Amino acid sequence: MIGIQHYLGVSVALFCLGFLGILTRRNAVNVLMGIELVLNSANINLVAFSRFGPGNLQGQLFAVFVIVIAAAEVAVALAIVLTLYRLRRTPNLDEADILRG
Amino acid sequence: MTASAVVFYIFAAITVGSAAVVVLARSLIYSAFALLFTFFGVAGLYVLLGADFLAATQLLIYVGGILVLLLFGVMLTHKLYDLDLRSEVTQFLPAAIIVGGLFLLLAWPVDLSFTLLGRPMRVYGLLFQTSWATGPGRAPAPTTAEIGRLFMGRYLLPFEAASILLLVALMGAAMIVRRRPQA
Repeated sequence: MIGIQHYLGVSVALFCLGFLGILTRRNAVNVLMGIELVLNSANINLVAFSRFGPGNLQGQLFAVFVIVIAAAEVAVALAIVLTLYRLRRTPNLDEADILRG
Repeated sequence: MTASAVVFYIFAAITVGSAAVVVLARSLIYSAFALLFTFFGVAGLYVLLGADFLAATQLLIYVGGILVLLLFGVMLTHKLYDLDLRSEVTQFLPAAIIVGGLFLLLAWPVDLSFTLLGRPMRVYGLLFQTSWATGPGRAPAPTTAEIGRLFMGRYLLPFEAASILLLVALMGAAMIVRRRPQA
């Protein structure tokens, strides 16, 4: 029988992989992919608790809002990455040090 | 094992396996296409959880929107003529230690609890030693009509706030990438 722990386990694995991607990648677009993995893991949690919890739809509604915020975040973040690329000719994050004093 | 358990394990394997490819692949294009399969796997998990509207939303927005945006980002931030789409990995070992520790803290699978000086020591993943407060649950049923009614009724204010957020993000993104006139 597949219970809530199975879904939470998938969510933990997805979160850890996304976190690893955020920590290890130098390319900004790849870091964004890691952030998407983390947001997806949070969504799996919300929907799982909506399914096995008190029996209403609040978790799914919250997941819809998370998806909306992920879309807005990707749009703005890519705009910033493109501006960085125009300034420095690189998408690498550790070369984005123009603001350094 | 029942059929639904088999389907769950298939979708979970697709999700986690392709997420590993996203994180570990050398090429950015491989990462982006593995992300596609991760999103498909998560949509399948949503279907198994009885969230049909959310599964469709996942496919439409993540696969149709966010993934295409990320691919645009990959293409626009690289010189395509020399096809140098590598993504470098930095500080892999400390990051792997931190993330591995976090994973074991959350999901250590074997119960190794023991008693030290009369005090019980729990060595077990938080995922398994917590008794999750589950309720009666929601039987799988079509959700779209109910979600629409909730958005137009009880959750109208967050709904409008989300639409304003999207408008602001749209305008902000356009403003950020606009070429400024040389002063």
